Amino acid sequence: MRRLLRDRRGAFGAIALAAVVLCAAAAPLVTSGGPNTQRDIVATRFLPPLATDAYGTFHALGTDRFGRDVWTRLVYGARVSLGVGLLAVLISVTLGVAVGALAGYERGPVALALVGFTDFALALPRVVLLLLLAALWQPSTALVIVVLGLTGWMSVARLVHGEVRGLAARPFVEGAVALGAHRLRVLLRHILPNALTPVIVAAALGVGNAITLEAGLSYLGLGVQPPTPSWGNMIASGRDVLVNAPWVATAPGLALVLVVVACTMLGDAARDALEPSAVSPQLSAPRA
Amino acid sequence: MSAASHPTPVTPRTAQSVTSFKDMGSTLLRRALAGLGVVLGVVTLTFVLLRLAPGDPVEHLLGPAARPEQVAAQRHALGLDRSIPVQYTAWVSGFVRGDWGISIAKGRPVRTLLGDAWPATVRLVGLSLLLSYLLGIVIGAVQAHRRGSRTDTALSVTTVTLFAVPGFWLGLMLVMIFTYWARVLPAFGAAGLDADYLTSWGRFVDGLRHLALPLATLTLIGIGGSARFVRGAMIDLDAQPFVTTAHAKGLSPWRVTLRHTLRNALTPVVTLLGLSLPALFSGAVLVEGVFAWPGVGRVLVEAVQARDYPVVMAATAVSAVLVVAGNLLADLLAAWLDPRIR
Repeated sequence: MRRLLRDRRGAFGAIALAAVVLCAAAAPLVTSGGPNTQRDIVATRFLPPLATDAYGTFHALGTDRFGRDVWTRLVYGARVSLGVGLLAVLISVTLGVAVGALAGYERGPVALALVGFTDFALALPRVVLLLLLAALWQPSTALVIVVLGLTGWMSVARLVHGEVRGLAARPFVEGAVALGAHRLRVLLRHILPNALTPVIVAAALGVGNAITLEAGLSYLGLGVQPPTPSWGNMIASGRDVLVNAPWVATAPGLALVLVVVACTMLGDAARDALEPSAVSPQLSAPRA
Repeated sequence: MSAASHPTPVTPRTAQSVTSFKDMGSTLLRRALAGLGVVLGVVTLTFVLLRLAPGDPVEHLLGPAARPEQVAAQRHALGLDRSIPVQYTAWVSGFVRGDWGISIAKGRPVRTLLGDAWPATVRLVGLSLLLSYLLGIVIGAVQAHRRGSRTDTALSVTTVTLFAVPGFWLGLMLVMIFTYWARVLPAFGAAGLDADYLTSWGRFVDGLRHLALPLATLTLIGIGGSARFVRGAMIDLDAQPFVTTAHAKGLSPWRVTLRHTLRNALTPVVTLLGLSLPALFSGAVLVEGVFAWPGVGRVLVEAVQARDYPVVMAATAVSAVLVVAGNLLADLLAAWLDPRIR
């Protein structure tokens, strides 16, 4: 942990994420009014950043077309976007670890089928799949989480599969088996804990990825539905007013970039700190 | 299938025998069959998902005022009242024979619809793939060569930021800057309204100007991934004995980087290139939307929203075929670069 923070990337990532999470958690304290607070729309809409409206309310990042405070929506949107990202990754990591561990530890047709299925799922174009899944049902936040979770487990499964296979042949595992430990116990107590290092890295990168994809879906109107603010639907709402109110789309985009950069840097630093030898940059490369 | 994470040095090519090429043939055949399986899987999955979901193209087509008899008659006319397995078989056999059906929403043959759209997507995705990998390799090589320097740090921060930027947002920002503020580049479509009246040279320039922003968007994002990967792959190789040997021979550091490290790092890069095709294709779906680029992505998004079954099916099938073919091509290229894979 200390090594992680001594790395400048790790320190930056941790501080940036902590700041965002803190703001999101303490949303009522760092903002004035709710994310959907509207007053006289004509008088308060499209106020530029750093403006003070007729009611004396200060708008650090300006207001949108309904006169809602962009900073407030950004902070409440962080709750939604981060929440979606974290829950989606939780689903995909759980699935990925389960599939990968089974495929790596079992022998025979089950393992083959799981590996084949993983390879197959990995070859699917993720955004097309997301588009289909999300467009075909009534869009909702829960659907986005499930859909992102269900389409993101494959890389974790591959990682865990490789790790588990490698570990299963190691002397300490053979020792545990020789001592008569149950197969499941060997897997859960001896193999998996040692296989989780790359999973943590993948999870960090996965959160950034999931947040970006959520934004993409919400941008298409298939994700989190307004008036609930998410960074994606905020960008979408700023798209039509790029000319006279560019801050509406710019602010959530910058917030998103900050969080994803922080996740990526934290993931990079964690990889170097936890296991300097396991350099697997391809984890992070193909992305929408 | 996986991007080789531990590239090792290339052995001299002379050691190759004829049998290895035979092995490669069977490997390729196996890959092609697996690819066919993937395409079939994608198509089946899409079909099932489409039918599972609520909403019906006929309702979209006829609107809320239609009477139930009208809806039923239209469904019968389109063959949508047949059982699901029958429809599935009918679609697959039609697709294989080249009969892709007629778009329910637009009334045009699906083949014409996609035939008009795919050159635009291939142009955009192909060029951005090429550019982002060329630039990414250059940037990654410079970074690996000057590892730990200020240049390396600055470029790392740049690439990690590019890697993090969502494509559709970057597109919007570029539109804001270059179209609305600087007023130098068009933001929508693949050609201007007056394109038909331009000389062929004028049309070419017009096309380039329309291509500039979407291409820049996809390329910038691609660079983030490729440069990071190349840097990592090259730094991995630095500890290899053959790099030490090259240094010990007294070769100049740049020569070692370019001729020895980079060359060996290219194999996984090429594999990654194939693997990143689906991602790039997916990214293009959103970016095409931002720029109203008349490609397959836009057709697909519109078709999904209208539940236009034949178009969604054909577009997904075609993109799956493209992705699988791209992966195969990348494998071939990797084998050509690195004889040990053959």
